[in-house]
Amino acid sequence: MKLTDISSDINEWFNGSGPLADIVISSRIRLARNLAGYKFLSRCSIAEKSEILKKLKDALMSLELGDKIFYISVDKAAALDKHFLVERHLISRHHAFGKGPRGVIIAQRESFTAMINEEDHLRIQVLKAGCQLSGCLEQINRIDDMIEQKLDYAFSPRYGYLTACPTNLGTGIRVSVMLHLPALKMTGQIGKFFKATRDMNLAVRGLFGEGTEAAGDFYQLSNQVTLGILEQDIVRQFENTIIPEIVEYENAARNQLLASQIDVLDDKISRAMALLKNARLISSQEALFLLSHLRLGINMHEHMGATTPAIERLYTLAGSADDADKPGGLSITTINRLFMLTLPAHLQLNYGRPLDTTHRDALRAKIIRSALNS
Amino acid sequence: MQCQICNKSEATIHLTEIADGVRTEMHICEHCAAEQGIAVKSQMPINELLSSLLASQPSDEQMLGAMDKELSCPQCGFTLEQFRKEAVLGCGYDYELFEKSLLPLIEKAHNGQTSHCGKIPSKTPADTKKQIELLNLRQQLETAVQAEDYELAAKLRDKIKNSGQQREIKD
Ligand SMILES: [Zn+2]
Ligand SMILES: [Zn+2]
Repeated sequence: MKLTDISSDINEWFNGSGPLADIVISSRIRLARNLAGYKFLSRCSIAEKSEILKKLKDALMSLELGDKIFYISVDKAAALDKHFLVERHLISRHHAFGKGPRGVIIAQRESFTAMINEEDHLRIQVLKAGCQLSGCLEQINRIDDMIEQKLDYAFSPRYGYLTACPTNLGTGIRVSVMLHLPALKMTGQIGKFFKATRDMNLAVRGLFGEGTEAAGDFYQLSNQVTLGILEQDIVRQFENTIIPEIVEYENAARNQLLASQIDVLDDKISRAMALLKNARLISSQEALFLLSHLRLGINMHEHMGATTPAIERLYTLAGSADDADKPGGLSITTINRLFMLTLPAHLQLNYGRPLDTTHRDALRAKIIRSALNS
Repeated sequence: MQCQICNKSEATIHLTEIADGVRTEMHICEHCAAEQGIAVKSQMPINELLSSLLASQPSDEQMLGAMDKELSCPQCGFTLEQFRKEAVLGCGYDYELFEKSLLPLIEKAHNGQTSHCGKIPSKTPADTKKQIELLNLRQQLETAVQAEDYELAAKLRDKIKNSGQQREIKD
């Protein structure tokens, strides 16, 4: 399997399906594990890292993970491929640009990945579209149990699963949801979200882009405490308290736009459309920023019946709104596809070779224009 | 890149604002961002959290047992000085060996919690003692290989192999 087999379409967790998908893009759970009897990676020689890699790779590749399972040697991968894997959320930036023998196993149509020799010997993750954390936990536990039948994990009765960094100690679990919060941003209330996450002891990062900034109003929210709490309790907290609260904030902001700031919404969508339909050069940041407004417009139309001149125009000008498979059909799937396929590494991989910034910006603008103008 | 507001600190926050069709970029430092009420980075990534916890410790003497400061792990050579730099431990045994020093930090990072509850490997893992034994053997093996003592290395490899096979399985 080649990366270009997957790079021309969005992955399943970003296809706009699943519970609460207008706000909760996807759910993710990852577990950090280390092998018993081996040092943590910072103290391992190259030979020891290779030994760990081989052991874990052999064990994982022999699991029943479906037929389309493939392995990539991250240390030997081309720079563009590494960027692509990061953009796709298949590996971390740390893993892509780290040192030493390391790899990733990708299975179940990208919903399962296993990073070998990242910060810990093994990091497995399960991703699902929409709000599906319980499903993620169930699936990752099943896979974790299967691995554990073949290998011994470093575990202490007192501290649980032993991890290289004490911040992952215990359960080694990181529960995350990726959220789209454009209305909170648009109404100047995103601070409310930050405050809530701080009070609940959660970590926030942007979903796309290099830094911590949240390009396209996408945020990734994760737990920080991993010790002294049951895995299912963390998941329950997210499902019963955290997610409903944030979803309520965002919906309140959307209702506020609808009730008293409809002109603001109309203006933002109108501008975004004008730029996206006409720009000849567009950066990744700007595309994410503008597409976010279109995504909000469509979701508000479909979930709340919002209609403004710009939203109406968005539907007519873009052609069939009902047929998601038609290239010009403006649906959430189309918008999500544009979000992902216009990211720098996706663009270049699908184009067939590396491009400089100006050529990337031109290609990106062209892809967006042709999707919106058909 | 310098901060556009104070012209002093390094700009770590990069903002793109599109207002009235005009796209402006701002590069500012965290301090100025906070003053402007820009909550770009309200939370620290995990590793930064850890290093800030380390840095915020009042003093070495208060924080670390005097003994621990001199200590280096016989299994992996890890010292607390390295932890300060890299924010990761060297082996599983370090949690036990440096417990005094690490505990306050673990407590802070995990909301006051200091012991595990949650998943336990269903198959009883090699107990801690055995894990340490294995680490020890591997360390000896590395030294033997470096010293080109292949006879010893072969013996150690056999030992490692055997200890893996003698895994106890409880039900
Ligand atoms: Zn400044
Ligand atoms: Zn050690």
